Amino acid sequence: MTPQRLVLPLLGAVTLALFVASLLLGPAGAPAGRSLAALLTGDNPALALVMREIRLPRALLGLGIGAALGLAGAALQGYLRNPLAEPGLLGVSAAAALGAVLAFYTGLAALLPLALPLMALGGAFAATLLVVGLAGVAGGALTLILAGVAVSSLAGALTSLVLNLSPNPFAASEIMFWLLGSLADRSWMHVTLAGPFILAGMGLLLLLARDLEALTLGEDAARSLGIPLGRTRALALGGTAAAVGAGVAVAGAIGFVGLVVPHLLRPVVGHSPSRLLPAAALGGASFLLAADVAARLIAPERDLKLGVLTALVGAPFFLRLVWTTRRRLA
Amino acid sequence: MRRIVAILTAAFLAGSMPGPAGTMAAADAAGSGGGAEPPSANAGTGAVARPARVVSTNLCTDLLALLLAEPGQLVSVSHVVHDPVASPLHQMAGAIPENHGAAEEIHLLAPDLVLAGEWDDPVPLAMLESLGIRVERFPIERDFDDARANIRRVAALLGVPERGEAAVAELDAGLADEKAPPWHERPVAVVLGAGSWTSGAGTLTDAVLAAAGFRNLAAERGISGMGRLSLEELLLAQPDLIIVGDTYGTPALAEERLRHPAARGLGRTRRVAMPDNLWTCGTPLLAEAVAMLRAEARALATERANLAGRGGR
Repeated sequence: MTPQRLVLPLLGAVTLALFVASLLLGPAGAPAGRSLAALLTGDNPALALVMREIRLPRALLGLGIGAALGLAGAALQGYLRNPLAEPGLLGVSAAAALGAVLAFYTGLAALLPLALPLMALGGAFAATLLVVGLAGVAGGALTLILAGVAVSSLAGALTSLVLNLSPNPFAASEIMFWLLGSLADRSWMHVTLAGPFILAGMGLLLLLARDLEALTLGEDAARSLGIPLGRTRALALGGTAAAVGAGVAVAGAIGFVGLVVPHLLRPVVGHSPSRLLPAAALGGASFLLAADVAARLIAPERDLKLGVLTALVGAPFFLRLVWTTRRRLA
Repeated sequence: MRRIVAILTAAFLAGSMPGPAGTMAAADAAGSGGGAEPPSANAGTGAVARPARVVSTNLCTDLLALLLAEPGQLVSVSHVVHDPVASPLHQMAGAIPENHGAAEEIHLLAPDLVLAGEWDDPVPLAMLESLGIRVERFPIERDFDDARANIRRVAALLGVPERGEAAVAELDAGLADEKAPPWHERPVAVVLGAGSWTSGAGTLTDAVLAAAGFRNLAAERGISGMGRLSLEELLLAQPDLIIVGDTYGTPALAEERLRHPAARGLGRTRRVAMPDNLWTCGTPLLAEAVAMLRAEARALATERANLAGRGGR
């Protein structure tokens, strides 16, 4: 009981520590004390600009997008009662990236900045509807993953196609950004574009707590408990599309966060979906901030993509999940 | 940077487009039997045999061949040379058919000499050689001496060595035309390409900056060859001059960087857009680049003198 109550404060402390680490690390290599002083007081104008206009938006986006991905993973797994549900695997992130790519490279986003998050949101929503529609609530893991793989590959292929056909030769090398994700050189503009949608989406997903708790008993039981399942569905799909879509619009599709974090935290919070939701948000934020810090520590000049690091942690974990599922089925 | 881009673009396009460019030329070439003719004798040095059908597959050899070849001698150039951003001579390249470096399309052109870059895709080039076509590979130029060597070598291969000497003389005249530098302390410049790429020590860019009287920030930050310089580092270093190249009109994340709101912290820095394709390759156009940068150095000196004057009052 006590350890479970400690989970959230502990995760909060870890997230805060990683947020500060993310602020303090960067190619400028200024000492921590001076950097923080510049951030807070604004003396040393050049360093203050670095801290306020480059590092702070980056750290905030890491925090927000990580939390959105972790929370969306936990919510989807709870709603679909499927351990493999995750924005990345279901093709939601890839479709959001396609929407963002269409908005950005056609020049639409330059005319109308809101087009970037809105089209990503549209892509994410379409993919969620399609995959969940195909596989169905409480449909088998197999159909869900098959539909997810199909949507994911199609959206990835179309993203690559759009970028390859762009008249700007640099666009083709940006396939990596959109398929793997990065927080490099993001600014306040991206925070203000994505932030409101991420917060709104996370708000919708957090409203799911009671519904998900009831759904663990099965759909019929949930309905008899007075859970309006239509509303549950709207919250899960809309919240995921808004939170994940807006994140992808400014940082590309970052995989594995939504898969790994809920699984890691589920035993810790005692397998309760309602307690898992806030924990997964904090865990996702920590995971993404750590990945972004690692990207800057390992090869600062190379602009390592976040998806590379999350997959390095996530893929072995995913394999373990496959292994245990197989044993359980056998 | 442009060179990397050029190579990348060439690779992408060569990979994605089935090469049709040479099919028209193939008709008249078919009679001569493809690569059956023995390659023209007398390789590197003499000026005897003049290859009649020369194909170039690399932006840098394209430029040199365009400047040096006899009319009609150059039958195909790489598609990059037609790109107005990457190529300083796209107008001169005009109607010369383009190729994408694919073995099939180049073989159909029945060349007796192929000029290629050392870093071009080796597979099609090896295939062309195995078909009996002479392929000459040129290293990337890292300084003016490399440029002179490549100019002379292309001229010799084309059978016009005297034009090579004239081109080298033109380059040297441009470089020598140096007035006294406008100030005793050399200003710091940096050339910024898309995607944070910059050129450090051991690059033509570095040589051009030095010849124009600038220190190269990238080289001083320890970058050798191509490297990246983050916006954070730029803000803290506060260089005197940032040179950004031409950009494509269409959106790309790589070209968004100096639009980052934090770039306003570079207020003291003079920022100029210049056709950075002038110093992508070792051609006599380098002299033009040096002249433009020297003009920037003088403008910068005046700007600073005015600022100092106003500050003193």
